[in-house]
Amino acid sequence: MEAPERVPFWHDPAKRGLVYQVVALAVVLLAGYWVFSNTQANLEKQSIATGFSFIEREAGFEIGEHLVSYSAANSYARALFVGILNTLKVAFIGNLLTIVLGILVGIARLSSNWLLSRLAAAYIEVLQNVPVLLQLFFWYAIFHEVLPHPRESLEIADAIFLNNRGLYLPVPVSHVAHAWMGIALLAALAAGSFIRRWARNRQERTGQPFPVWTVSAALVIGLPLVAWLAGGAPTDLEIPRLQGFNFQGGINASPEFGALLLGLVLYTSAFVAEIVRAGIQAISHGQTEAAMSLGLKPNLVLSLIILPQALRVIIPPLTSQLLNLTKNSSLAIAIGYPDFVAVANTTINQTGQAIEGVALIMAVYLVFSLLTSALMNWYNKRMALVER
Amino acid sequence: MEVPLQPSGTDTVKPPATSVGILGWMRKNLFNSVFNSVLTIVALIVFARIIPPFVQWALFDSLWTSTGAACKEADGACWSVVTNNLRFILFGFYPYDQQWRPLCCVTLIVGLFLYTGKPSRWSKGLAAAWGMSLVAMGILMPGGILGLEPVEPARWSGISLTLLLSLFGLTAAYPLGVLLALGRRSRLPAIKVMSVLYIELIRGVPLISMLFMASVMFPLFLPEGITVNKILRAQAAIILFTAAYIAEVVRGGLQAIPRGQYEAAESLGLTYYQKMRLIILPQALKIVIPPTVSILISAFKDTSLVVIIGLFDLLKTTQVTLSNPEWMGFSAEAFLFIAVLYFLGCFSMSNFSRRLEKVLAR
Repeated sequence: MEAPERVPFWHDPAKRGLVYQVVALAVVLLAGYWVFSNTQANLEKQSIATGFSFIEREAGFEIGEHLVSYSAANSYARALFVGILNTLKVAFIGNLLTIVLGILVGIARLSSNWLLSRLAAAYIEVLQNVPVLLQLFFWYAIFHEVLPHPRESLEIADAIFLNNRGLYLPVPVSHVAHAWMGIALLAALAAGSFIRRWARNRQERTGQPFPVWTVSAALVIGLPLVAWLAGGAPTDLEIPRLQGFNFQGGINASPEFGALLLGLVLYTSAFVAEIVRAGIQAISHGQTEAAMSLGLKPNLVLSLIILPQALRVIIPPLTSQLLNLTKNSSLAIAIGYPDFVAVANTTINQTGQAIEGVALIMAVYLVFSLLTSALMNWYNKRMALVER
Repeated sequence: MEVPLQPSGTDTVKPPATSVGILGWMRKNLFNSVFNSVLTIVALIVFARIIPPFVQWALFDSLWTSTGAACKEADGACWSVVTNNLRFILFGFYPYDQQWRPLCCVTLIVGLFLYTGKPSRWSKGLAAAWGMSLVAMGILMPGGILGLEPVEPARWSGISLTLLLSLFGLTAAYPLGVLLALGRRSRLPAIKVMSVLYIELIRGVPLISMLFMASVMFPLFLPEGITVNKILRAQAAIILFTAAYIAEVVRGGLQAIPRGQYEAAESLGLTYYQKMRLIILPQALKIVIPPTVSILISAFKDTSLVVIIGLFDLLKTTQVTLSNPEWMGFSAEAFLFIAVLYFLGCFSMSNFSRRLEKVLAR
């Protein structure tokens, strides 16, 4: 018997695949090496330092808004940290407001009220179709050109002031009772989640429902209130006062922060509204009818039947929109809000170390994205349909 | 003689006046419950408070052809900031007497886009026309041949730059995106890993970081003596960025093709290239036309980010106009004008994509 004819290696898919991969890898590595060696030569020629040792040096620039103490004498590392906190601040508040506004507009879009539904449609179309950067510029210009000077501030109850330097709000003078209120709030939240679990177990065993939400709400409001009363009910407020050219005291939000927040929230909420609308429409009407024919009350139909199914459709695109808002917050640099990208850009300009700066920017946003998608995957696994 | 349709002796009973016509419509759509009635009334009150002053500002009290000084005296909107600077806002620093060239490009693109709006008009000729128009744009803008005066890229600005960046961006990103999508679905681990890394890396970072890379890092990557102008570098960043998003869209299309199609192609003995070229991609790319239009819309909006690295697109030329002391303080009017331009572009594209979805679903 003749030995089987040997297949030449270019006709063997496995070996051919190996060759393709080796070639592709080689091309990428060579291109990488070419870029790397060019960069090395250029850096040496322009005598630009490399490495991250610069972050220990004194930054030497001021940052307008900081959540932790910062001055020009602090290091670059501290400045970048302040930038990250500023990004997180606008992203956190922005995401919360976006969810609320997006849900409201999405429900309004589905309203049987023709006027309201048209209004929501117009809101969605207009805000989706204008670049977010243009919207930021627009709000920033409005804040600067339309709002009055500090001396002619708009005021509410002689305590809240709005002018072209920002929004000024009174804050309670710090008191030991506030710490107790915080602890009470945490305790109330923990108790709420415990009650929820206990009530679910009891309902499964005995069929007896328990007013979980009412009790939890009472706890969340009541416990801190009790703590406040027990702490002596401090009512002193630190009210912003006009001193010289500007207001002092209280807390304030700058027009940069306001414009950034407003622009991002309005833009993203239009997308979220569409997602919410699609999610609710994805649940067939038969589900509502079936639930009602089982004798469930309308609020239970919503919370037990419709929402859990709609959320499964809504959450994944919603997270990607919230991530978009976080990434778009990097446009802060265009209107002068000191977010992470703005601080990193100043760092690049001062040190000349562009590669490290851009790498830092990318790394920080990548961490945000990876964290979000990890959270997303965990949620998806928990919510996935359990089929037979 | 006319035969009465109704048997004699019975009267035709008309529906009550409150359930047909305008009254019926209002009852059904505006006042069908207490809550909705309240909402309607609140909305009408808000309209009454907002619309008349806005119309007064935007139309009756507005100035259209005055100077900036006259605007500062007036109460109404100063549309003069747009009319007086229209050519600069649209075409920026392009030589004044040569501005017919960007105008031709913009007209060509808008005309072709409107013509393409109906899928029944699609043909190979139309695709060729699009290709030709991109070539024409590539000749008209820089000039230097056919007796056209050369115009250096640093002077390309305004709406033509916006269109240029988004159109060329999408055109170049498309093949790259398809390759990346195929790579991500590949059976070869090295190629798959590289594609996944690229796609996820790019999608995880904001466009602005890519633009920074293009403006400050890219010059370091090239050998000494070779420089690439700023517009091309920004264009490269937009292409690399858009390609990752296109790859994900195309991957969706590839996954939507039933396995049987792949297996049938393989059992016919087609090679990988033939299988993709003849069987899979034509079907997959057709499915993903609507989401691709969405990417074009995003690319069109996102080109405005080049402002941050100092290119003079539509948004930047408007800002430059507003920094002129004569026109300072009329940002609202100028920004509203370009917002309308952007809106018209994006809204017509998204309508186009919605219509396409219906046509392709048939």
